[in-house]
Amino acid sequence: MSLASEDPFPVSGERGRQTRRQQALIYWTGFSVILALLVIAPLVLPEFWRRFLTEILIWGLLAMSSDILIGYTGMVSFGHSAFFGLGMYGAAAALTSVEPPNLWLAMLYGLVGAAAVAGFVAFFSTRVRDIYFAITTLIFSQIFYVVIFTWTEVTGGENGLTFRRPPLAIPDLFSVPFTSTTLHWFVVAVVTLSYLVLRRITQSPFGMVLQSIRENESRTRAIGYSIERYKIVAVMLSGLFAGLAGVLYAVQNQFAAPDFVFFLVSGETVIYNVIGGIGTLVGPIVGAAFFLLLREGLSRFLTEYYLIPLGLIFIAMVIFMPQGLLGFMRRWLNE
Amino acid sequence: MEFLQTIPFDQLLIQTINGIVTGMILALVASGLTLIFGIMDVVNFAHGELFMLGAYVGVIVLAATGDFWIALAAASVIIALLGAAIYLTTLRPLLGRDPLTTILATFGVSLVLQNYALWQFGPVARKIQEPFTGHFSLFYLDYPWYRLVIALLSTAIIGILWLFLKFGTFGIWIRATTQDRIMAQAMGIPVPWVLTVVFAIGAGMAGASGVLFGPLSGVNHAMGLDWILKAFIVVVVGGMGNLAGSIAAAIFISLLEAYAALWVSPAQAVIVSFVVLILTLLFRPTGLFASTAR
Repeated sequence: MSLASEDPFPVSGERGRQTRRQQALIYWTGFSVILALLVIAPLVLPEFWRRFLTEILIWGLLAMSSDILIGYTGMVSFGHSAFFGLGMYGAAAALTSVEPPNLWLAMLYGLVGAAAVAGFVAFFSTRVRDIYFAITTLIFSQIFYVVIFTWTEVTGGENGLTFRRPPLAIPDLFSVPFTSTTLHWFVVAVVTLSYLVLRRITQSPFGMVLQSIRENESRTRAIGYSIERYKIVAVMLSGLFAGLAGVLYAVQNQFAAPDFVFFLVSGETVIYNVIGGIGTLVGPIVGAAFFLLLREGLSRFLTEYYLIPLGLIFIAMVIFMPQGLLGFMRRWLNE
Repeated sequence: MEFLQTIPFDQLLIQTINGIVTGMILALVASGLTLIFGIMDVVNFAHGELFMLGAYVGVIVLAATGDFWIALAAASVIIALLGAAIYLTTLRPLLGRDPLTTILATFGVSLVLQNYALWQFGPVARKIQEPFTGHFSLFYLDYPWYRLVIALLSTAIIGILWLFLKFGTFGIWIRATTQDRIMAQAMGIPVPWVLTVVFAIGAGMAGASGVLFGPLSGVNHAMGLDWILKAFIVVVVGGMGNLAGSIAAAIFISLLEAYAALWVSPAQAVIVSFVVLILTLLFRPTGLFASTAR
């Protein structure tokens, strides 16, 4: 049993090939239009919304990374805050220790940190399945929360770390300081690239094995695939992209705080996925946008209690709309 | 052995008692959680929030009546009713779907309840006055009787639950439903009603433990988070759905944490329970105290 199943009867034959070519055309047109809109957006939007849009994309990347597990492998991770947080603290380590601050070094440190944590979590948590996996990842993320929270000398404890923002630079070529516009473009570029890479991965033979694990784990094992190995790689891959989101968030906000390692962030990541539609990759970004916009709108008159209506909406969606906002487009998006 | 000699015997004994006391409250919370999971395949993420709301109901009723025991009873009943309402509105529609959806739905419930409490009661911690303030001397410490009473009460509540499951007609229905839901239905057991009551019982136990624990720390809207995490560790270590295993694991982990607190700060002592969890996953993924028969 899985949370989402593909349509078992795809269109095939000559007619199928034609519609598929047509669909691909529509897909890439839509992709280009949205990408163009995202690139133009900072030039039109006021400062606040420019930052807001960048933030949506970063949270969207985090949600998208977790979709690899939730939507494609059928494993619900409640521990993505650990990967995100380690990406953040990894970037912080690079930015506070090395002078002058270097963006690429921050990214490297963040990714290495996130990958190490993801490897550790994956090694243990893939031994169990379904609900146990969800709970185990949740508890593992709390381990890192406790470590970061209590290891004050290194992580700054409750106060976290602040640092300067590195310039966007390629050695010997150019170096420009990040403005909110260039930062937005940088984030758009990273998120788009990640999307294309993740999409390619889900369509690769490796991605197919993941989806077959989602559909029927024991049968996939019977065919001869080493399920544990695939799962570990899936978790690490997912953690790597979550870490990338963490690095971007650190660069945007110039701080790292233990709050972002707390499991509520993981919970919100799962919410983005469910709202947007799992197994679609773009759905989670839409979910993040929906959630953050709603939060922005609600918090204007509900201040910090916005989670009450949002929680209710989320429950209603779990019950009545398990496919999410973009669920109806799932097959088409995966073509 | 020099290592052990640095810890005086009296401190060790005090920590043993502390560990058993917290262990029994944790067992009470976790057995509600594991009861709900074992019988209905529902992972109740909102369990910690039911614990927290139980404590708040205790605060309110205590302020109104001045009697701790009325507050305890009222909190159990009200939270049990709340649990039944949550079950009927959010979990019954998910019956028959992947158990993972229940974790999502109850996570939503926990967000709503936690922020409702923040909205309704504010961020300032409340205090529940313990019903009696007597102490007895334990080495150099004045150890409050109340802590021992909590441990006894938790044991009593769990014992009653066990007797109820073992001998009560309804308890037998519950066990039959666990074994085979469809067959139970065919034999005329009102399964939907049984499931609702099970959820209500689990919720009521969380509410009761909230009131019992209230006097030991403040009552605030985020107190459920710590407990749900600990309870999750306990149910994984004890073997999910295994009541006896959960109780054993709760005491075991609490004792270890209490001993660890002799060397490191309590915030870091939590890491010990994480280590136990990791070792359990490595060597006995079905649970440390799981019977081999299952």
